[in-house]
Amino acid sequence: MSRVAVLKGGRSLERQVSLRSGARVQDALERLGHQVVAIDAGPDLIQRLRDASPEVAFVAMHGRDGEDGTIQELLEILGIPYTGSGVLACVRAMDKVLAKHLMLEAGIPTPEFFAFNETAFRELGAADALQAIEDRLDFPIVVKPAGQGSALGIKFAGTAGDVPGALVAAFSYDDKVLLERHVPGRDLAVSILDGEPLPVVEAVPQSEDFYDFESRYEIGRTSFVCPADLPGDASERAHELARRTYRLLGCYGFARVDLMLDEAEALFVLEANPIPGLTETSLLPQAAEAARIGFDELVGRILELAFERAPGAPA
Amino acid sequence: MASLAVGSLRPHDDRPPPWRAVAPGREYPFAGHVDPQTECLGGVHGSEDIVVSISRDIERYADLFASRTKVMKSSAMRDLMAITARPEVISLAGGLPDTSTFPPDTFAAAAQRVAAESCARALQYGPTEGLAETKACIAGVMEAEDMRADQEDVVVTTGGQQVIDLVAKTLIDPGDVVIAEGPTYPGAVPVFSSYQAHVVQIEMDADGMKVDLLEEELQRLDRESRRPKFIYTVPSFQNPAGVTMSAPRRRRLVEVAHERELLVLEDNPYGLLRYEGERLPPLFALDGGVYVMYLGTFSKILSPGIRLGWVVAPPPVLEKINLGKQAADLCTSTLSQLMVQAYFEQGRWRDYVESLTEIYRARRDTMLDALADHFPPQAEWTRPGGGLFIWATLPDFIDTTDLLARALRDNVAFVPGAAAYLDGRGRSSMRLNFSGCDEEAIREGIRRIGEVVTEQVALYGTLTGEEGRQSQVASRRGEGAGADVLPMPSPAERRQRATP
Repeated sequence: MSRVAVLKGGRSLERQVSLRSGARVQDALERLGHQVVAIDAGPDLIQRLRDASPEVAFVAMHGRDGEDGTIQELLEILGIPYTGSGVLACVRAMDKVLAKHLMLEAGIPTPEFFAFNETAFRELGAADALQAIEDRLDFPIVVKPAGQGSALGIKFAGTAGDVPGALVAAFSYDDKVLLERHVPGRDLAVSILDGEPLPVVEAVPQSEDFYDFESRYEIGRTSFVCPADLPGDASERAHELARRTYRLLGCYGFARVDLMLDEAEALFVLEANPIPGLTETSLLPQAAEAARIGFDELVGRILELAFERAPGAPA
Repeated sequence: MASLAVGSLRPHDDRPPPWRAVAPGREYPFAGHVDPQTECLGGVHGSEDIVVSISRDIERYADLFASRTKVMKSSAMRDLMAITARPEVISLAGGLPDTSTFPPDTFAAAAQRVAAESCARALQYGPTEGLAETKACIAGVMEAEDMRADQEDVVVTTGGQQVIDLVAKTLIDPGDVVIAEGPTYPGAVPVFSSYQAHVVQIEMDADGMKVDLLEEELQRLDRESRRPKFIYTVPSFQNPAGVTMSAPRRRRLVEVAHERELLVLEDNPYGLLRYEGERLPPLFALDGGVYVMYLGTFSKILSPGIRLGWVVAPPPVLEKINLGKQAADLCTSTLSQLMVQAYFEQGRWRDYVESLTEIYRARRDTMLDALADHFPPQAEWTRPGGGLFIWATLPDFIDTTDLLARALRDNVAFVPGAAAYLDGRGRSSMRLNFSGCDEEAIREGIRRIGEVVTEQVALYGTLTGEEGRQSQVASRRGEGAGADVLPMPSPAERRQRATP
């Protein structure tokens, strides 16, 4: 049995989700017989990690800091083995623009997009290119911050008049934003555990309002179906794409890949989340359950993988 | 391939297949059975053996939730608001009074007196309607605003918030109409939602709710044969808009209530926190308690921590409220009630209110000056004569929920305007509180918000090629009276407008 530091909370906008993920992981680790120290990541993080001197850290943080490689870098410096993806994979996955460029290069289908940082608009007159972008992508256009993990800041621009407001909103979350072709279709998520895909989850929004992103992941306003009932070989293809994306970005341990299935049954990868939610309503635990992997077993497996990667660990 | 909707089936579920999945419009037929040992679904479909476990997660509870839980507000804003509580954040978001100047000696003396004179009583249950001693204090507070209420017509509650809940519980069936101001008190929004009220929000200007619009709305509802159950209003120093209903509108509102036999719930937490101008008669005083129910609280004149409020209502309504209160929590804290009595008997409660008034007046002035110094010319805000809040409205291309995310990066927070509406309006407005922070924090907080807003206005100008319209921020100190409470279009209206 090990001494495990569960890192949760932090200053990201997904703090609340992370606190719930962390609490649940903590309970599971205790049931598995580990000695657990929970740390809400704040200015005293390093000190608290040194005091606790854990054998391993379970990173249950989402969004900024936890998922963008920052925490992972700190844990590398301290020499503490940790769960999930390493620094590089986090950097690649958290930056949607970088991830999408890598996907394009590797031939993984992802919706067409253009990305800018704020200075391109302020100093290089990028606004003059908006018309060309709009012609190329067609309306509605999805406008998103490059580095925001949740649905916050994602807007649909239905007309050219909506685009500037949507950009201002997206820039509230990140200095870099992307304008993406909207793929109408079904929302799918493939969770991966130790390189292997779990059953596909489909998020079926109950809300009539197509533009209401906020409701998408809310209980009662979205229902989740697992395994998703997909036509033909779509499930297998989704699995394959998710596996390729996971490998391409260099993810480790676990991750979740979000995809769209359009009307012509073509699949597109939207993004990969190196530390997906682990709450009662999160998709990864649901998918694991559908594969008959209980939450405790899931958490135990993720922890084992952290040791397997650690330098000097028995192969 | 066989599928099931997570959580749509239970072990030993005896409904015959095909089972209907939670996803509307889709069937998920499954030729299988539930194995009572493993609680798994096992079955054969085509040539493939499939075993699918039943999710044990919360989705299994989803079927159990009451329909009223499904109208809860977006989680995005809840998650954002949770971050505003971090210590490094200057929060202009809360509605917190400043409790730091309350004299500890006064507190100790009151506690000492309760311990010495009524220890056993303070530790015991009390009557649901509240203690007579507390009601005597309430009579004193109401008298300070020229109101008189019989003790029998008062129920002491656990804060003013409980009054809103109990009144809604007493009067609202799902779908019933409630009239409120637009914007309305954000804390009333989840109450109205949870009773599944249909809330009609009436616009305001610098003189409070536009009563002529109210009358138009009532006529419209008449034509649909719908009678509102009550009108909810904060006439003095409204939360969140900061505006005060003028005397003529107060009189007209009471007349309308009498003409149409409509109940009004007057929420008056801030009436005694007036920083300038003439005192206006509460609706309750104008009406004499026939159609106006009155909500009072000790939260802003003493302490929100003691959780004491009260309601005055016509006896038949009060009786139902009393029954509702009994079901909710039996009685209000006896300890708190006796503490209040001991405090009031010291005879200096009005001095304390006066000292709060001094502090808040200075903070309001600081915030108004800071807004004039740091907010861009496209922004407008109200100029409250009392209370705790200023309502600021930005150009409609700024969504204040997104702006809050940006502001939190600079460690400053406010309440996005959408929290004060049930219909998607208010997205470009914000509520700013000036009672909870000292003057230095207010100046710095407004400076930071102003900087972000100015940045976004400039960015929008760049994006639309209308930079020429943007001008430098020049101080607008002392510029006339405050702006109206600008109603902002709903997202649907905005989309419509954007369509050429």
